[in-house]
Amino acid sequence: MSNSNLTRRGVLKSGAVAGAGVALPTIFTASSAAAYTNEPMGGSVTLGFNVPQTGPYADEGADELRAYQLAVEHLNGEGDGGMMNTFSSKALKGNGILGKKVEFVTGDTQTKSDAARASAKSMIEKDGAVMITGGSSSGVAIAVQGLCQEAGVIFMAGLTHSNDTTGKDKKANGFRHFFNAYMSGAALAPVLAARYGTDRKAYHLTADYTWGWTQEESIVASTEALGWETVNTVKTPLAATDFSSYITPVLQTDADVLVLNHYGGNMVNSLTNAVQFGLREKQVNGRDFEIVVPLFSRLMARGAGENIKGILGSTNWHWSLTDEGTQAFVKSFGTKYGFPPSQAAHTTYCQTLLYADACERAGTFNPCGVGEALEGFEFDGLGNGKTTYRAEDHQCFKDVLVVRGKENPTSEFDLLEVVEVTPAAQVTYDPDHPMFTGGALGECNAG
Amino acid sequence: MLGLSKKDTKFLFIVIALTAATPILLQPFPEGSAMSQFNAGYPDLMQRFAIFGIFAIGFNILFGLTGYLSFGHAAFLGVGSYSAVWMFKLLSMNVLPGIILAIIVSGLFALVIGYVSLRRSGIYFSILTLAFAQMSFNLAYSVLTPITNGETGLQVTLNDPRILGQQVAANGNVPPTNFFGLEMGSSLKIPVGGWEFTFNAGYYFCAVIAILAFYLSLRIFRSPFGLMLRAIKTNQTRLNYTGLNSRPYTLAAFVISGMYAGLAGGLLASMDPLAGAERMQWTASGEVVLMTILGGVGTMMGPILGAGFIKYFENIFSKINENVLHQWFSFLPDGLEGFVIWVAEHFVGSGWHLTSGVLFMMVVIFLPGGLVEGGQRIGKKLKRKKSDGDGDDAEHHPKQSPHVAE
Repeated sequence: MSNSNLTRRGVLKSGAVAGAGVALPTIFTASSAAAYTNEPMGGSVTLGFNVPQTGPYADEGADELRAYQLAVEHLNGEGDGGMMNTFSSKALKGNGILGKKVEFVTGDTQTKSDAARASAKSMIEKDGAVMITGGSSSGVAIAVQGLCQEAGVIFMAGLTHSNDTTGKDKKANGFRHFFNAYMSGAALAPVLAARYGTDRKAYHLTADYTWGWTQEESIVASTEALGWETVNTVKTPLAATDFSSYITPVLQTDADVLVLNHYGGNMVNSLTNAVQFGLREKQVNGRDFEIVVPLFSRLMARGAGENIKGILGSTNWHWSLTDEGTQAFVKSFGTKYGFPPSQAAHTTYCQTLLYADACERAGTFNPCGVGEALEGFEFDGLGNGKTTYRAEDHQCFKDVLVVRGKENPTSEFDLLEVVEVTPAAQVTYDPDHPMFTGGALGECNAG
Repeated sequence: MLGLSKKDTKFLFIVIALTAATPILLQPFPEGSAMSQFNAGYPDLMQRFAIFGIFAIGFNILFGLTGYLSFGHAAFLGVGSYSAVWMFKLLSMNVLPGIILAIIVSGLFALVIGYVSLRRSGIYFSILTLAFAQMSFNLAYSVLTPITNGETGLQVTLNDPRILGQQVAANGNVPPTNFFGLEMGSSLKIPVGGWEFTFNAGYYFCAVIAILAFYLSLRIFRSPFGLMLRAIKTNQTRLNYTGLNSRPYTLAAFVISGMYAGLAGGLLASMDPLAGAERMQWTASGEVVLMTILGGVGTMMGPILGAGFIKYFENIFSKINENVLHQWFSFLPDGLEGFVIWVAEHFVGSGWHLTSGVLFMMVVIFLPGGLVEGGQRIGKKLKRKKSDGDGDDAEHHPKQSPHVAE
């Protein structure tokens, strides 16, 4: 029961307590003495690897983590050095970064923006990470990139393919090596037109988040420019595992191409459903029904098995390339883990090396210095040929591969064949292209 | 004092002292030591302790007092977050308007959902709330994307109007969330010997609000209103036979607890200005049920303990990876080390759900009253040793329902 006896003493006491409570926070206004967030003081520097270990992109996350560990080994001078030997910049010496031994912490993004931010925050606040890298979902990458901008650390995006990462939601502290949806569209559309004709009717199933939206927009724009027609676009939830109810309506339309804007586990399930419904044997208007998966990866191809054969898509990199960098990377990854790396592993390995190299060239871990060293940086020897980190939006520009599911794979890893290497010039766009406007880099933040 | 009995006042002061000392209590191991992995005294996690403590306290007002098990409380948390972020986008980065709007909007939302759901009780009520929450999740996730930004989550950007505050901070970035100039992210780090204690403004802001929320809930528990709610839990039919209409009471409890959830959501957004749809998913609703049951339903302290417990596991155990395990078990011979790590791996990292699941089962089986009951049992054992045979044999009494206990 309440007993509210209002006495003078009681009021005074309560007042004093309340006053102390209100005054408490005001003593905490001092900021730390370091020049920037998490300046490495001892003999080591900590990097934060934030990847999905659970959820629809867990396979990609596991492979990213393997590549990160490999990169850390190479930076610390262990192993065979991998792509450090073929990298055009020779600033890295195999003694860590700026003489400091590289250590790392890992976290699980759960493919959820909230969880990813919590995990990245604990890396920054608890473990003192000076750089966060990872992703595997553009939604997560964008959320974490925003956090890194606020916290004043560098974010090296991993597998994120949405236009928004370096478009609408670009940030001064964020950098992306991976290609984007616009590039997929620009590379894929001519190949599609050449193989399937210019009068096709496309039906899109799209993962319902930033990546799906921008990829759908990009593919629709580039295929319609070549004469295709878009029958319908349907959004599917990212967490969906059964796509039967989305495939059935496709059969009722006169569409003759199904575009699956899905990735990872989503794509494996939707493609399997599509094949189960007999779409690949289907004939529409006297022509074979075709399925297109604009963003392809070997891990997905493995998950989808037989169903992937003959299906066209694009990819950032593939282990069967024959350049020096690719060969060195595949060799050291294969030696350590016993199988070739995926494109997710490749981009995260590159990002770690690029970050370390930028620190060496800038002579500091300060995010502003590192950012300056990365902006406009031209390099070669990391498996993609000549590449530029554009200063205007922190996006890498390089060749894009158009690939196809192999008809007669020789091993469980040999699942994709490269159909065409689209030169960087063909996929380059203006920084103020309408698909990429609406945001600003802002100023670099060092915390 | 403050309208509380002597015992409750003492209790409140203990809670205040514990909250104020949290940054020190959660940092028991020196920096750089092997055990520092288990330190939890960093701002983000401490803020989460306080915020989810508020969430669980509010949930307990409904579940602990009236016995109505809501499986959709995360919806109010999410609504609170979205309202707060919209305030940051439109008005200013001051957290106050955001939090106030979060409480109001979630209260209204709870009124609507409660009005419909409370027409049923028991399992039907739970299912109704679950359905409403899942509906809100799907709305936020895909239908209302212009308002919620779908899966990506609602974020503050440089282009937002922020008519009352700064649009862009002096350093060219989005201004940080603040409470009349006090930045939520600013902290004071004090190294003491091998330890480093972080006193974070955002944490203390949450802590002050959490204490107010705790005080309010203490008053509700001890009030005639609280007694009425307990009567509903004990036997609603009998209460109805006495001519009392119990619905307004349950609805009030539902709305209050929804407002608590909204407050928690608003605070969550104030500490980190992002609102994601996952916050409203049924797993998030289930989490608060687990927190409350784990800590002790109907007790004052239980839900806070439970919230701390689950958040600790989620954030600390999930960060232990193979490398850390190798460091720990490197003293073992090779073959054995491999085996131990193989076993341990399933309980840490992404397997933390397994650990918390096992713990939850143990608590439910052996301590049906939650962690609080565990504490009470230990307390009683100690007391009995001191004054042997004072006649109060715990084993022979029917378990006292922990309604009014702390």
